[in-house]
Amino acid sequence: MNRRKDSAYSGIPRWVVAIAAAGALFVLLPLAAMVARVNWPQFIPLVTSEASLTALGLSLRTAAASTVLCVLFGVPLALVLARGDFRGQRLLRSFVLLPLVLPPVVGGIALLYAFGRQGLLGRSLEIAGIQIAFSTTAVVLAQTFVALPFLVVSLEGALRSAGSRYEAVAATLGARPTTVLRRVTLPLVLPGLASGAVLSFARSLGEFGATLTFAGSLPGVTRTLPLEIYLQRETDADAAVALSLLLVVVAVVVVGLSYRGPAPAGSGSARSAGSAGNHGSVAP
Amino acid sequence: MTFTVDAALAARRFEVSLSLAPGETVAVLGPNGAGKSTLLAVIAGLLRPDTGRAEMNGRVLFELGAGVHTWTAPHRRGTALLAQDPLLFPHLSALENVAFGPRSVGVPKREARETARHWLAEVDAADLAARRPGELSGGQAQRVAAARALAVNPEVLLLDEPLSALDIHAAPLLRRLLKRVLAGRRAIIVTHDVLDAYMLADRVIVMEDGRIIEDGPTRDVLRRPRSRFAAGLAGLNLVSGTVTAAGIRSAEGLEFAGQHDGPLDAGQAGVAAFPPSAVSVFLGEAHGSPRNSFRVTVTDLEPHGDQIRVRAGELSADVTPAASADLGLAPGLAVYFVVKAAAVSIYPA
Amino acid sequence: MRAVRRAAALLAAGTLTAALAACGPASGDGGAASGDSGAKTVTVFAAASLKAPFTALAKQFEATHPGTTVTLSFAGSSDLATQISQGAPADVFASADAKNMAKVSDASLVEGSPRDFASNVLTIAVPPGNPAAITSFADLARPGVKTVVCAAQVPCGAAAKTVEKETGTTLKPVSEESSVTDVLGKVISGEADAGLVYVTDVKTAGSKVKEIPFAESAKAVNTYPVAALRTGRNKDLAAAFIAAVTGPEGRQLLLDAGFGTP
Repeated sequence: MNRRKDSAYSGIPRWVVAIAAAGALFVLLPLAAMVARVNWPQFIPLVTSEASLTALGLSLRTAAASTVLCVLFGVPLALVLARGDFRGQRLLRSFVLLPLVLPPVVGGIALLYAFGRQGLLGRSLEIAGIQIAFSTTAVVLAQTFVALPFLVVSLEGALRSAGSRYEAVAATLGARPTTVLRRVTLPLVLPGLASGAVLSFARSLGEFGATLTFAGSLPGVTRTLPLEIYLQRETDADAAVALSLLLVVVAVVVVGLSYRGPAPAGSGSARSAGSAGNHGSVAP
Repeated sequence: MTFTVDAALAARRFEVSLSLAPGETVAVLGPNGAGKSTLLAVIAGLLRPDTGRAEMNGRVLFELGAGVHTWTAPHRRGTALLAQDPLLFPHLSALENVAFGPRSVGVPKREARETARHWLAEVDAADLAARRPGELSGGQAQRVAAARALAVNPEVLLLDEPLSALDIHAAPLLRRLLKRVLAGRRAIIVTHDVLDAYMLADRVIVMEDGRIIEDGPTRDVLRRPRSRFAAGLAGLNLVSGTVTAAGIRSAEGLEFAGQHDGPLDAGQAGVAAFPPSAVSVFLGEAHGSPRNSFRVTVTDLEPHGDQIRVRAGELSADVTPAASADLGLAPGLAVYFVVKAAAVSIYPA
Repeated sequence: MRAVRRAAALLAAGTLTAALAACGPASGDGGAASGDSGAKTVTVFAAASLKAPFTALAKQFEATHPGTTVTLSFAGSSDLATQISQGAPADVFASADAKNMAKVSDASLVEGSPRDFASNVLTIAVPPGNPAAITSFADLARPGVKTVVCAAQVPCGAAAKTVEKETGTTLKPVSEESSVTDVLGKVISGEADAGLVYVTDVKTAGSKVKEIPFAESAKAVNTYPVAALRTGRNKDLAAAFIAAVTGPEGRQLLLDAGFGTP
């Protein structure tokens, strides 16, 4: 099939490669500079200090919870956006994607006015005995707010490129919409869903602005790793650098392990609808 | 116990009325964009017409019009669709693909797999059960897709050019197989190939511009085509016009002498049909017993089997390569097409 | 096709230009100050809490020193100290605490020695209605009161810790913010029942918060030092500006803003 070979003609002009190299360098250089500033003899004590481990643990827990929420809300949203056909669809997409371009601090302020004590829902929640401000829940909400678009965008793209023809066939075979979703749609877009979830997790892990504005900062409750880094920077640059490196490593591991790029490769993945029928040349 | 569908969809200029008896297989022919796939989509419930009604065995599939909005979802219609692309679910094995339909309607896993094995065997694909779609050839995939469609025991099987994506080796095999499984089964098969109509269908409908323009038993439609499209499929020249005592007069004023096929009144609309093989080509005007002779200009020459097909506008003639060379045929050359009256059948339009 | 390509090229060029232009001011100011001896500019890095009095003072200074421009940069003291250590072109540094000034002077970047020019003490800020009915520092430790303080790593948090130690009260804050502005923000938005901030912050916030003064605040007085910088390009003007800060006009403006005498 279309497996890429090393010798295949790529058609990329050299000057594009040069600019790409500059771009890659632009991303890598600051990271390398940071690594160069790490106080290696103190590195282990710095990253294993109680404050660091507490912040890391909280970050991993909240990012995992946010990812679950992103999947929960993002899958239906992506389905509605990719498959639906209704008035205001473009508008809905714009709003869902807004947090992508919004400064996180603006997201934090918006969340504050929605879920804060004096907020739109916050008052009712407070009457119901639910307090979100200064709680870990607030951190999860802030992270979900900023990370949701990542899941929706990558899943909607996967849904669109998979097309709806498999779903139509499944329906004519007698499968109810829920069965079609469970047995056809989701398995087909699983790679897209996985990479969307990983991106959401990574984005949640790095969330800072909205959390700072909306959730506050208390060790073990709301002070995630980025907030801890921001605070450590005030007094202990070595600790901040060490923790930054830790965050980079965690992010690289998470993304590297499961993110396989926008075009999933391999035999188990969904073919694009257009080429689905053209495997006449494949030997049995 | 019949299946009827009446549907109109203004946006696609589609308006069709059709009914199928139990066990009847209908071939739908027609040029691209005639509305053949629209017909299948409307029946399958994938496309909602503006108005219309469809009923299967006394069950209403849809009824749309002023004040009525009955609509049965695709999964409750008892139709199954086999398209040009097999569209096998890539994440499921061939067996699970075939078992998909039964399982979707609540058949237990084991039983669904049994059914799937049965249908895979029925399409000579039992040995492919464990394969993933990516490991199947086009012909194999289409056979598995056929088994998948049959495994739900559809009340009407919809086939949308099921053979057109297959190579010349795979198509005959699947055509024979379809002939076997479609016997006694209600099915609608959209096709471009007249062979499919001959082999698989009891009845043919010809669609053009969203409407059915011909409907009848396969033999009749292909022997006595009334539309140019059907005539083309049947490999016949077709001239429509007004019936005269001797034959027919075309709109351009050409007189065709021929055999009246059944009782005909002068003045009614009729068509004259004759095969290209009955047409001879001369450089000069020919004389003799009842013959039709027309001066035409050659527009095209193309190989046709071991003959050369000479096209002149809407008419064609078949000549041997040697004759073609002798006559010096080339596009633009003025020649005479001559056909014996005995070879021309005249029948009502 | 060609038009599209040209448009893309223009867009790329435009983006690049804009990006470079955006980088401009940071380096451009320093360049203007050093390159042209005729242009008299004094660049002052000052703690964020000094924004109101220093802005007014700069205006006065420009009026009394015709042809002089005062460029002000306000940020957290530790950020400013870091920037100065990294070579930021500043003539004067006014810090909110001795610790950050020490960072700069330890790096031998201070000309002469720093002079204390103001002091600031903590106070309690509550939302206008004082929903938790706070009347004293001890009230902040009451169960159910949502108190927000600065983290111990920043000066206002260190001051809060000192007051806690002196009064024997242990606060259980719901959040330890990384800047006093964040503490004030949580009080203004009503998320918190009370916050420990500086007197000057309450003054700036006006009617958006209510101040509950407490006597124990005197246990932790924050002193603000100012110094001319060795890396500065306009030492005379720097000295003149520091004189204005420590002089009567500066003192009056600082008092108006709620600062105390050092």
